[in-house]
Amino acid sequence: MADLLTAQGVRKEFGGLVAVNDVDFTIPERTIVSLIGPNGAGKTTFFNMLTGVYKPTAGQIVFDEADVTGKPPHAITERGIGRTFQNIRLFQSMTSLENVLVGMHSRLKGGILRAVFKPPSLKREEAAAREKAHDLLEFCGLRGHDDEYARNLSYGDQRRLEVARALATEPKLLLLDEPTAGMNPQETAEFTAFVSQLRHDQGLTVLMIEHDMRVVMGISERVTVLDYGEKIAEGTPQEVQSDERVIEAYLDQPTSSATQFTPK
Amino acid sequence: MASGIEAVRSSAPALKRQSMPRAKRAAIVGIPAFFVLAITGSASFGLVVAALIFCALYIPAWKTLPAGKWIVPIGILLIAIFYPIYQPNLFDVLVFGNFPSVDTGVTMMIFIMMALGLNIVVGYAGLLDLGYVAFYAIGAYTVAWFASQHFSNVTLHFGSVGVAETTPGIHLSIWIILLIAGAFATIGGVLIGFPTLRLRGDYLAIVTLGFGEIMPQIANNGDNLFGHNITNGPQGINPIDPPGFGNTLHDTVGLPTDYLSSPNSTRLFYWTALLLVVLTAFCSARLRDSRLGRAWIAIREDETAAAAMGVPLMRTKTWAYAGGAFFGGVAGAYYGSFKGGTFPGDFYFNISVFILCMVILGGMGNIWGVILGAAFLSYLNQEGLANIGAWMNANGVSDFVFGKDIDVPLYTSGIFGIILVLTMLFRPEGLIPSQRRKQELHLGVQDEYLYDVEHHDEPLYDREDA
Repeated sequence: MADLLTAQGVRKEFGGLVAVNDVDFTIPERTIVSLIGPNGAGKTTFFNMLTGVYKPTAGQIVFDEADVTGKPPHAITERGIGRTFQNIRLFQSMTSLENVLVGMHSRLKGGILRAVFKPPSLKREEAAAREKAHDLLEFCGLRGHDDEYARNLSYGDQRRLEVARALATEPKLLLLDEPTAGMNPQETAEFTAFVSQLRHDQGLTVLMIEHDMRVVMGISERVTVLDYGEKIAEGTPQEVQSDERVIEAYLDQPTSSATQFTPK
Repeated sequence: MASGIEAVRSSAPALKRQSMPRAKRAAIVGIPAFFVLAITGSASFGLVVAALIFCALYIPAWKTLPAGKWIVPIGILLIAIFYPIYQPNLFDVLVFGNFPSVDTGVTMMIFIMMALGLNIVVGYAGLLDLGYVAFYAIGAYTVAWFASQHFSNVTLHFGSVGVAETTPGIHLSIWIILLIAGAFATIGGVLIGFPTLRLRGDYLAIVTLGFGEIMPQIANNGDNLFGHNITNGPQGINPIDPPGFGNTLHDTVGLPTDYLSSPNSTRLFYWTALLLVVLTAFCSARLRDSRLGRAWIAIREDETAAAAMGVPLMRTKTWAYAGGAFFGGVAGAYYGSFKGGTFPGDFYFNISVFILCMVILGGMGNIWGVILGAAFLSYLNQEGLANIGAWMNANGVSDFVFGKDIDVPLYTSGIFGIILVLTMLFRPEGLIPSQRRKQELHLGVQDEYLYDVEHHDEPLYDREDA
């Protein structure tokens, strides 16, 4: 299977602090990869480099056979990386449907003149986009919430809307930053099933940062562990689970038992 | 649990504003009207007609009817179209005196146009622009260059112009000039926007303020710009040609000879201005509902998230700036043509703030609100304050409060300041708020720093566009 994304020697320094230290990383096509690590390990920084929010200090990121290192976020999104945010960042005063329509921005056409004159082709395009956004909301479990303002949605629905908005960018690779944070066990289970379904039905590749080990171990094919900005382990969930360094990083003390690594 | 969520949801404000019950709407209109009548004791025919029109437009829930959403706009448009005809016969209003003259009407329209333009930048895209007067200046000087004897070494006539064929200088038809002015202002907007739009929030405001201050300086000192007289310095450029509305028609068909004499020419100015306002409002509405409009709102709400959703920040912001600048330029050119001259003293900071006040008072992001705010404030500036002052002096109010007669228009800036403070205190979302703004102001806005913005070591902009 070809690699959809390859990061080589990616490094990010904030002043003297090395947040991400020469990380090599690959995501094979159509897999679910998890990025785990203790708080402050550099996971989100790494995410932000993949999506162009940060420019790497060094290293190269190749996505879908194109070098995207240091490209602006909108260009990377256009190439096919969609993302959600750790702390929900919806457009609060827009409706669910409008949020999804913003997600479609790079897939729609129409500059300032076309917007003013509104030719029939634009009308058709808009109608089709709305239809699609509506379907996407339904697909993500937000049926009937089209015209509701994002800020009025429940927490779980806001998370779902973030995913719907990310899917609207028509990504090949979907980045989820702690998607199940704050969800109850049932919602988490639903969400896990949803992500598997996405990969299965739509051929999406998924990279997620996740703290819930049941989710990580349940659906990911590969797990990468970061600690203090360095990659300390990589492999199948089972391999990582029994890795000495991982256990050390999580428990901050050497131990040989993998069972202590499972969540309390 | 589930029912709890449902309960919260159903209590949340619904998207569609529920129309007020008719009885309540009638009471809002009727009770104050009754008191006004009781106090003034006058029930002139004009007042009754005005009240009837107002009630007809305001009280019924037109929006619930099919095609009903057009009834109120068309009604207001009709009132505006026929205003110059019935204006001389209108009654006097308590305190405010007579209705604004047609002349004032033209100025109001021009400011409405500018406010609508600024609304694109401030209301839609959320970019605080304190130098909007720069575009007004560009427009005004464009008309001064292309419709006067300023460049008297060339003689170029094109289209219908209100001066003799032999007059030296460039004399183009007003329609072409309006387009050129819009184009020049747009170019100016892009040039100013390019270095400044990478900044956010307060920093952007400061830089635009700087550009706004540079403009009158250039205008003032432009009589010797590298040896060329561009702006004619402090004297300004005048006279600017009368636009010659319908000159061609006059020559071919033979209109009555007095059709361009005052007040007829003022009427033509008025109707043309009205047409421009309608076009501006139309474009604003179209832009608001477009893909670009959505991107503007997204940027206003959260730049980082917008960029991550594929919105190119620099390009989208520059479009907002360019769009706003276009209407500012057109309005400026029309104002220059209407006044018959362009002077550097017209382009100071207070105009920028004045236009911003209109947008804020009316309701940022809402076209009707901005129109109302602009019409009201420019009316006060032109006539209203003088009328109120005259009434106060005549009825002993000034004597009672201040101990002497006062010249109210002297305190214009102060009064606008008070209006702005009162707006912010009692109705921060403006007179006619947009639904979005209302949400933000009443339910709080997410304005805390977010993790990946705070630690930004370089600005988040699209380097591709650079």
